[in-house]
Amino acid sequence: MTRIEMTVDGVSYDDDVEPRLLLVHYLRERLGKVGTVVGCDTSNCGACTVLVDGKSAKSCTVLAVQADGSEVTTIEGLSTGGALHPVQQAFHENHALQCGFCTPGMIMAVVDLLAENSSPSVEEIKHGIEGNLCRCTGYQNIIKAVQAAASGQAASVGGAQ
Amino acid sequence: MTVTEERPTGEVGRARLRKEDARLITGQTNWTDNISVPGLLHLALLRSPSAHAKITSIDVEAAKARPGVIAVFTGKDFAEEQGSIPCAWTVTPDMVNPGHPSLAVDEVKHAGEAVAVVVARDKSAAQDALEHIDVDYDTLPVVLDMEAAVADGADKVHANTEGNRSYSFVFESGAAGTGGSTDEAFNDAEVVVSRRFIQQRLIPAFMEPRSTVVQPVGEGFTMWTATQIPHILRVMLSLTLGIPEHKMRVIAPDVGGGFGGKLQVTPEEFICALVSRRLGKPVKYTESRSESLMTAHHGRDQIQYIDIAAKRDGTVTGLKVRLLADMGAYLRLLTPVVPVIGAFVFPAIYKFPAYRFQCDGVFTNKAPTDAYRGAGRPEATFGIERIMDELAAELDMDPMELRRKNWITHEEFPFTTVVGMVYDSGNYEAATDKALQMMGWDALRAEQKQRRQSNDPVQLGLGISTFTEMCGLAPSRVVGSLGAAAGGWEQASVRMLPTGMVEVVTGASPHGQGHVTSFSQIVADQLGVPFEHVGVVHGDTSSSHKGLDTYGSRSLVVGGIALVKAAEKVVEKAKRVAAHLLEASEDDLDFKDGSFSVRGTPDSKLSIQEIAFATFSGHNLPDGMEPSLDSDATFDPENFSFPHGTHLCATEVDTETGSVRIRKYVCVDDIGEVINPMIVEGQVHGGLAQGIAQALYEEAVYDEDGNLTTGSFVDYLVPSALDLPYFDTDRTTTAATSNPLGVKGVGEAGTIASTPAVVNAVLDAVRHKGVTDILMPMTPERVWRAIHESSDGGERAAEGSIAYSATSDAEESAL
Repeated sequence: MTRIEMTVDGVSYDDDVEPRLLLVHYLRERLGKVGTVVGCDTSNCGACTVLVDGKSAKSCTVLAVQADGSEVTTIEGLSTGGALHPVQQAFHENHALQCGFCTPGMIMAVVDLLAENSSPSVEEIKHGIEGNLCRCTGYQNIIKAVQAAASGQAASVGGAQ
Repeated sequence: MTVTEERPTGEVGRARLRKEDARLITGQTNWTDNISVPGLLHLALLRSPSAHAKITSIDVEAAKARPGVIAVFTGKDFAEEQGSIPCAWTVTPDMVNPGHPSLAVDEVKHAGEAVAVVVARDKSAAQDALEHIDVDYDTLPVVLDMEAAVADGADKVHANTEGNRSYSFVFESGAAGTGGSTDEAFNDAEVVVSRRFIQQRLIPAFMEPRSTVVQPVGEGFTMWTATQIPHILRVMLSLTLGIPEHKMRVIAPDVGGGFGGKLQVTPEEFICALVSRRLGKPVKYTESRSESLMTAHHGRDQIQYIDIAAKRDGTVTGLKVRLLADMGAYLRLLTPVVPVIGAFVFPAIYKFPAYRFQCDGVFTNKAPTDAYRGAGRPEATFGIERIMDELAAELDMDPMELRRKNWITHEEFPFTTVVGMVYDSGNYEAATDKALQMMGWDALRAEQKQRRQSNDPVQLGLGISTFTEMCGLAPSRVVGSLGAAAGGWEQASVRMLPTGMVEVVTGASPHGQGHVTSFSQIVADQLGVPFEHVGVVHGDTSSSHKGLDTYGSRSLVVGGIALVKAAEKVVEKAKRVAAHLLEASEDDLDFKDGSFSVRGTPDSKLSIQEIAFATFSGHNLPDGMEPSLDSDATFDPENFSFPHGTHLCATEVDTETGSVRIRKYVCVDDIGEVINPMIVEGQVHGGLAQGIAQALYEEAVYDEDGNLTTGSFVDYLVPSALDLPYFDTDRTTTAATSNPLGVKGVGEAGTIASTPAVVNAVLDAVRHKGVTDILMPMTPERVWRAIHESSDGGERAAEGSIAYSATSDAEESAL
């Protein structure tokens, strides 16, 4: 067992963990952060994406001990003061999710993408989310949501409320 | 009468944002793998490394001794009680079903089949113990190739069957009396074109891996599971395992995609139930992605032999289809019927006077196939749309002109097809004209001509798919006559709560389709209550007690109509209360915008929500009336619905690298009336992605020993954002005449239509180089080989995958 300290969604934890424990399993099974999910085990799908010290990381490919001393943000810690993060809002308004299983990871990847590039082109968006698979949407509305979040618009589809 | 006529400014037709999103975008979700109960034990499955073998011994003692391990079971431990995974469709009276154990007992029939289960206090302990189970296998000959499997003297998948054929389903229009003699049509034909097409094996690849939790509760059990079909699953668990149905509760919590892949009663669900019953403890099993790709059912996998007969002027005179359909090793829930659905779809939108269809279901040592988005219809649509292009090439005729010459014109509806289906409505001309205009078709044709003339290394091709499908599964009498065990109705309840809120219960539980939103819109209009005042209950057999679940683009077309019928009953009951309270005759009441008013005295009115409270109090109701407005309806459709559309694709094919780029994709779908255009467009997008992926990227590949070589997302190429084009979508609207909402269904349209549009486009780009077919997925390697070696591109190398990206041609050509 190895002792680790981590801040997750603003709360500090210290725990003894097996060295082989993956960050995603630490989040889900030890901390109950089940908003972050496992989709593929091979770091292809990105469903498990979280922010580690502000950078997106696939938490199925990071050992919990590697994140020792880090600040981790999951989908559950993204909204502040009851208000949705602009990327969450944009996903809702642009119908950028259907089943929603890839959505936590996709949103976290987009948050990182926009932190690095506040006005990405369509090609840059596609490259930015290439590591996150979605089986439902065909990505078109995700790209639209990223553009909307980037421009700070609450542009909605078809005049819906 | 529909409410949409009364309230044109109502909810139906509005792009309402989804109620579902709030928890999905914040991580407040309830996936099955999130569920934990006190004392939960975890399962891990030992899976066969061999595709076909006798199990000569299994030693589990070392695994049992591992720390944290509670028990280890093999197939022998459950042989007396596990029964067979049920198959709910007997497509011919003599269909051979060899039975499908959940845990293999004596033999394994495909790689990945479960042979032992470890039960441990945590998942890691269970998985660690797997390598301490010692199994001896005597390998048997592996059957993989369908054409070889049906040849005389072939090795057999099942020793207890005569051969590898499960069934041979035949339809012939002359014999059925729905058309002419097919033999005569071909004897008299001026032109016959014959082709052999391959529909490769695909994997549904829903994003949420399957997961099941079973908890003993008193004398019964509660099962949470990632399924599309909680109701069917409950019935099957009861029938097979002998758990009384009323003591079996099945819950589909948040379900992360299905696409037909979770339309199944799985070995893993049965194993969880068996272990939980044996130990009296709660258990959980969650698969890895590799287990999912290897053992959750696959889709497609057909060899299609198609002959089309025509006159020289292009008038089609006959169609013959023979399919070899890969069942895989076992028959699961709907395995045999999926390709047979094609019988009713192959004639498509064309006026064939004669038609023969034969489908042979073939066993192989591969994972079972079953429904995958479209289920039989994408395969058939591919076959017919490809052969129409081949006929056009043979006749040197424009492929759209050939289609126009043969399709059912809008004046001809309702139209009875050569297979006896009655198409109620449609307008192929309108959808096609709109699509051609959006595409800029003529300009692209001109560019194509110019590139041909200049011998441009990048050639342009234009592909067409003018498709129809049958949705709204299904009229119970029809499916019953075709061998289904169950019917095709759907159930709904509408409950008026005391505070005026409305609770809707549906038997069709969603897994991404947005039912909660669109069903709220329907009921809001029917009852004249605010959208926000409607809640939708689904997916738990104890609260939504009755249903036939979600698949086959049926939720709206069948389940939505059940909602309308239930809501109409609520209004009828409320009208009686309103008449009583307003001291008027029911005949003098109007119901509009959620209120009853006395005709002529508009101020004398009561809202249905006020009536709900009055009914709840029960203080002053008509004599003999029970104090409830709540109503149920079970709707059984009389006919299928027939969405259609025109999909057009322009591809650029680099003849030097074989790389394919979709330059433009346009589709105009006619799905009848639309409840929520935003959700509809999302369904079309996702469907297109999966259909395009079949054309360009995805294939489940087995090596010569029967090992799946595409067993992770490294090798099975679910497209990323970089791999897909922009979708230019629009609609035409021809209302369905078979239901009061005029809806047709949209869940599968994009997938069904798009694959042949892409393939036809690629072939159109290189046909002048002598290429008449390229196997799917049309990888750069295959396209290059087809062009430079005058072939169909050849089989994919079994040992390798083609992790192919549209942006990495250099890497690809190095493979």
